Amino acid sequence: MNPRLAKAMVNGLLLGVAVVALLPLLWMLSVSFMTPGEASSLPPPLLPKHATWANYHELFARAGMGRYLLNSLLVSVAITALALACNLMAGYAFAKLRFAGRERLFQVLIGALVIPAQVAMLPLFLLLKYLGLVNSYAGVIVPAMATIFGIFLVRQYARTVPDELLEAARIDGAGELRIFVQIVLPLLKPIMVTLAIFTFLAAWNDFMWPLIVLTGQEHYTLPIALASLSREHVQDSELMMAGSVVTVLPVLLLFLALQRYYLQGLLLGSVKG
Amino acid sequence: MNSPRAAWLFLAPALLVLGLFFLLPVIAALVLSLTDYDLYALADIRNLRFVALSNYWELLHRRLFWSALGNTFYFVAVGVPLSLTASLGAALLLNSPLARMKPFFRTALFAPVVTTVVAVAVIWRYLFNTKYGLINYALDSVGIHPVDWLGDPHWAMPTIILFAVWKNFGYNMIIFLAGLQAIPGDLYEAARIDGASVPRQFWHITLPMLKPTLTMVGMLTVAGYFQLFAEPYVMTEGGPLQSTVSVLYLMYEEGFKWWNLGSASAVAFLLFVIMFAVTATLLRFSRRGGEA
Repeated sequence: MNPRLAKAMVNGLLLGVAVVALLPLLWMLSVSFMTPGEASSLPPPLLPKHATWANYHELFARAGMGRYLLNSLLVSVAITALALACNLMAGYAFAKLRFAGRERLFQVLIGALVIPAQVAMLPLFLLLKYLGLVNSYAGVIVPAMATIFGIFLVRQYARTVPDELLEAARIDGAGELRIFVQIVLPLLKPIMVTLAIFTFLAAWNDFMWPLIVLTGQEHYTLPIALASLSREHVQDSELMMAGSVVTVLPVLLLFLALQRYYLQGLLLGSVKG
Repeated sequence: MNSPRAAWLFLAPALLVLGLFFLLPVIAALVLSLTDYDLYALADIRNLRFVALSNYWELLHRRLFWSALGNTFYFVAVGVPLSLTASLGAALLLNSPLARMKPFFRTALFAPVVTTVVAVAVIWRYLFNTKYGLINYALDSVGIHPVDWLGDPHWAMPTIILFAVWKNFGYNMIIFLAGLQAIPGDLYEAARIDGASVPRQFWHITLPMLKPTLTMVGMLTVAGYFQLFAEPYVMTEGGPLQSTVSVLYLMYEEGFKWWNLGSASAVAFLLFVIMFAVTATLLRFSRRGGEA
């Protein structure tokens, strides 16, 4: 094949796929600025005639979007901070600390990865009901405070920490906690960023469990609120698109800012086999 | 040497959370599936009875369970190959030495992955609207009659599959891209000298070298696609005519709409067993294929 033709084909195809990937998102952004009812006309408009913030105003002033946004932020930040703490400590212990049954226990955890999370959801609901955590932020946060995937990720990375460094600190009389905080954590910084963005995105986007455990509107996170709004406002495409923008934009921006770390984690996590 | 006590203290928070909020509930789910736990038992635990396998037995005699299973298999059987093909195709394009602006394209193609399923499912519902949707408008302009995408039982699942492919292909694309970059360039060099065409290079070098990645990615995607839930919940509510009720959707309705927690646990366990059987079979197949 003619090399110039081949080059045009490869780049043309890439451009085509990029348009397919981005068009729904751009369309969402555009429709969110249309006046109510504008999108439901023929031919379907691509750009708003007179761009307006009315839908966003409506969402925050009347539909309680501000509350849901804060709920989502609170829940996702709490999960990220707590899961980071638990997974870092456990991952480090599996990689660098000695104790009887270490390999065995780790294998059990890896084996448990085949169990879909949904199997646990029904009894988990009963357990949280018993603990009085149904319809509370804690009901969403507590079960997400540690993940096998996160422990695995930290363990893989923490194995590169040289043993001599830890031994030297022990000989100097440093306690285990001090070694962890002052020596190990700074070395784990890259994996911390990776794990943090992974956890935050997963928590933000999570749907099924919050849908189950949050029974009252006041605690709704954005995806739950959006799903419930979209059942009420089937015809209001402009309003719903504004709601989608509010839900998607924070994670999209976060990803753009920390892309490198996210993709790195994705590749580290995929060598499970 | 650290003391074992220190190690256990480091492990304690994570193990406590995983044990109490994951492993214990999984075991409890098995027990729950052998009882008739329902709204009455929820009100007063003394109404709870042990029913052995009758939840499973009843499920196997319910039409809705079989159609949910059928719908889920349809989604997996069509969705996974389509997703993997799209991912691999995109990765090959991105890996081509002829491609320009690679970082931009990589980010653009990956963007759908980080978006919230619920939010983008809402977008697709409007894009695939029968009357005002952009998709039907575009089809109409090339002379194709409007399709009732989400309202026609024959089209609802294909639409959800298209959506899932769009949403997810970027994830595996990144993994394939790393796999492609790990293939030594001199293999292709040697093939070119021997006069092998590009398709033959793909067939005899790229695919065999990519096989471990393909197997792993295939497993994970199959397991993920079996867990179909949010898409039908937002886009179709399981309809039309229950054509998009997935196994998890059934579990959700059974458990949290009708509060038949015993029977819903049986659904969850059956799904787990089926997923396990399917992925194990696929793994065995790919291993045998490797020895041949």
